[in-house]
Amino acid sequence: MNVFDEEQIGRLLRLLPPAPEGWVRAAQELPAARATLDELVVRAEQDAAFRLQLQADLERAVAAAGFEPSPYVVSRLRQLLKAD
Amino acid sequence: MAVEQSDAQLVSRCREGDDGAWNEFVERFSRYVYAICSRGFRLAQHDAEDVFQEVFARAYERLTELRSDDAVRPWLAQLTRRLCIDRLRLLARDTPSDTEPDEREADEVLTTLDDAMDVRSALDKVGDPCREILDRFFCRDESYRTIGEALDIPAGTIASRISRCLEKVRVEFDGRDRGSRPS
Repeated sequence: MNVFDEEQIGRLLRLLPPAPEGWVRAAQELPAARATLDELVVRAEQDAAFRLQLQADLERAVAAAGFEPSPYVVSRLRQLLKAD
Repeated sequence: MAVEQSDAQLVSRCREGDDGAWNEFVERFSRYVYAICSRGFRLAQHDAEDVFQEVFARAYERLTELRSDDAVRPWLAQLTRRLCIDRLRLLARDTPSDTEPDEREADEVLTTLDDAMDVRSALDKVGDPCREILDRFFCRDESYRTIGEALDIPAGTIASRISRCLEKVRVEFDGRDRGSRPS
């Protein structure tokens, strides 16, 4: 491990400013987004009409189902629909 | 002195489905991932945001695949590095004026950021009020006056507090160094 003097320590600390709060919050909400995704996937598997709605307008269908169309949910659903 | 969980302990709690642990995980590594995107690969803010979210999404989904919980930081660094390179290549393809990423230069920055994370970890061990003062001054670029008002301490004493806190971090850091060497 390296040895640093106080000046170097200050310089190194300066390299790590906080990430924007909104980014951090969105990342912290991933467990909830994952639960939403799982629920939507089950519904899409069981409900052909809902699956068609997702294919037609994904964000709108997610919102209409009562869920937040977060970037994570939308991107993962898009991947799953594409893979179908 | 603050009691900080090791990276391995934190990862272990995340694996157990502890949402509080996930919040801490994001809190602990968000600066690192952000710095790799913005300093290492100089991504524009909106590209950095996409990569940042994708890194944590994949980390959340694949944490169980991590072979050694201790290796979470290099694992995240590699994941971020790969996604930054992918993003830059995509941009270069769409806009020919954009250049390919300079991976060697980025890797040098990554090595320095790794040192910065070690120092940050020593700062976390030292704990507050030093953590708060040094974070405000060095990481948030706040003035003595702003720090003094926020922490209700005379602005005239901030410089000497910063100096004392830096010394504490150095001592903590050196102690870790000695502790990690075989006796």
